[in-house]
Amino acid sequence: MAQFTLENELNSALRMDAPLTRVAPMGYQRKALNDSECNASLNISLKTPKKNANKSFSGSKTPSNSASGSSKKTPKSGGKLGTPGNRTRTPGGDRFIPNRSTSQFNLGHYKHMMEQKGPDESEALLSPSEKEYKRVMNENLNGDLMSSKILSFKAKAPSAPESFNSNLRVLYSSSKTASTTKKAMRQVPQVPERILDAPDIMDDYYLNLLDWSVTNNLAVCLGGAVYLWNGTTGTITQLMGMDNDDEYIGAVSWVKEGNYLAVGTSTGEVQLWDVVEQKRLRNMAGHSARVSSLSWNSFILSSGSRSGNIHHHDVRVPQHHVATLAGHSQEVCGLRWSPDGKFLASGGNDNILNIWSAQFNNLPEDNQPLHVFSQHQAAVKALSWCPWQPGVLASGGGTADRQICFWNCNTGTHLSSVDAKSQVCSLLWSKEHKELISSHGFAQNQLTIWKYPSMTKVADLTGHTARVLHMAMSPDGTTVVSAGADETLRLWKCFEVDDQKKKVQKSVNKDSSKSFRRAMIR
Amino acid sequence: MAGLKTQNAITLKGSTKLVTEFFNYGINSILYQRGIYPPESFTRVQDYGLTLLVSTDEQLKEYINNVITQIREWLMNMTVQKLVVVVKSVHTNEVMERWQFDIECDKTVTADTKRNKSEKEIKEGIKSVIRQITASVTFLPLLETACSFDILVYTDKDLDVPESWGESGPHFVVNSEEVRLRSFTTTIHKVDAMVTYKKTD
Repeated sequence: MAQFTLENELNSALRMDAPLTRVAPMGYQRKALNDSECNASLNISLKTPKKNANKSFSGSKTPSNSASGSSKKTPKSGGKLGTPGNRTRTPGGDRFIPNRSTSQFNLGHYKHMMEQKGPDESEALLSPSEKEYKRVMNENLNGDLMSSKILSFKAKAPSAPESFNSNLRVLYSSSKTASTTKKAMRQVPQVPERILDAPDIMDDYYLNLLDWSVTNNLAVCLGGAVYLWNGTTGTITQLMGMDNDDEYIGAVSWVKEGNYLAVGTSTGEVQLWDVVEQKRLRNMAGHSARVSSLSWNSFILSSGSRSGNIHHHDVRVPQHHVATLAGHSQEVCGLRWSPDGKFLASGGNDNILNIWSAQFNNLPEDNQPLHVFSQHQAAVKALSWCPWQPGVLASGGGTADRQICFWNCNTGTHLSSVDAKSQVCSLLWSKEHKELISSHGFAQNQLTIWKYPSMTKVADLTGHTARVLHMAMSPDGTTVVSAGADETLRLWKCFEVDDQKKKVQKSVNKDSSKSFRRAMIR
Repeated sequence: MAGLKTQNAITLKGSTKLVTEFFNYGINSILYQRGIYPPESFTRVQDYGLTLLVSTDEQLKEYINNVITQIREWLMNMTVQKLVVVVKSVHTNEVMERWQFDIECDKTVTADTKRNKSEKEIKEGIKSVIRQITASVTFLPLLETACSFDILVYTDKDLDVPESWGESGPHFVVNSEEVRLRSFTTTIHKVDAMVTYKKTD
């Protein structure tokens, strides 16, 4: 018996430890995983609630010296009985029965398994495809260092100068200053700022009866008389008049300085007037027919006549007639020197546009035009030189043509043309905007402002009731005066620029010219 | 007859010459087009029927020359795999752009081998690559900060590194976008061009 009791005691002692001894090897016997779930959860249930147990017991102040001992027992009983849930509600004495519902079996299992797994893992266990994957990933991350070396020259390239700042930015930003935004900003007043009467103004397409001086005097020819309208004070003075009723003025033109006015008459004379003294200085004869166009190039005054001849007058010398240009077979109605004085453009009723050099000879047959443009299908009266692109000329044709053409006179090429859909009587470039204005006849008798070089319409200014024969621009470039066959002069403030915008635009212009230059380089 | 033959055939030496020439112009074009050096320091040269811009900066010329001379040798040995032009920001050292030229060498070629391909044809191929480099300004983002560049060369693993050269990392662009450019081949060397650049968001 004693043997038995000993054996029993031994057994019970062993049993006491049974869960531990059973659990511990179970944990390590990883390969026998068939019942691992149940074992592991058992094991965890042992671990986690132990803390809870200690707490609760100390809280209730029950003598719980054997708490740890009993806790060792509990899993055993729990494991055996499998119904610990019922007992937790009625904990008896020092016994602790864990509450399974509060223990996190999954987490515990996971943690336990992970701990065990760690040391077992090794390269040897990876499958070949995994190895390959690893190698590819490595290669991708590090570049193909496996198969090659990356070398670089030890001495590095010199760095760009400190001050250098890449101005490529213009390429990226220039598109922001799109013309559309600018166009949207620009407001063109649709009504004339002022209307003046111009009684008896000749309704003759071939004449040039309007010019505005730098001193702000507007010269207007009304039949046989020349009137001056002072733009500053608004006063009107009559400068001169023809002696006979059937004589009239065909053209007026201010010298660049604005102190002398050249007047071409129906009798073929070219007169020079001092406007301050209101006195005639010279009377230069020579043309066999009426003078219908005039243009100054410093001291050379060029006059075009109905005979088709253009005369150069040197106004300083007694023998004023220095050259004859015989390039037209009919009346010369358009005549303009380029702003740089290099070219003279002349348009005739023979539909020809001639470009002449500033050099001339005494003999008429030696003077040949540099370029002859015969594209227009009607008389070429409207002529204007581009103020910002040297050598670029705009010309407009008459009723049968209705085209506005652009020419590069340096190369003698036709740049572009646009159909104005109406007789083009006059053309002017804006000094402030990249625009030009044209005046037209039937059917609308309007002035049209065009964007250059896109030649999109900015505005149509209507108001004249008959064709708009002549235009002139104020010295500040903001106002355009138009003279219509309806015997009115209308002043349009169509190129106004306020100072702030002007500044912005100037910088924009600078930028765009820069980017243009860059674009050329590339 | 002999003259005609040489015109249409290409040797290893000739191929090397064409490829190095291309690298010289290519690198210079990148430096100019990306505004890494001031445009004033470049001069125009006519080649491939194009106007190309080449640096006049003595130091820069020397650097490029050194690199090209070494690459010429490696092209002859067929040991070079890639040439990479890396554009980095001076201040942050961040890689902004990476121009990669993959070089495939035909290792069966010896000094005496002749292949049938005319110089004109090859230059036509080179021309189109250079053109694309020039045109790249249109899609590459603006380099906001001052940038410097570096040239990396990928060579075979077993190559002895010359004294003046050092090993380097690959310098990849973080968060990048890539554009493949055209390629050309001399039948001995094939060059693929590609540019990767930082994505702008």
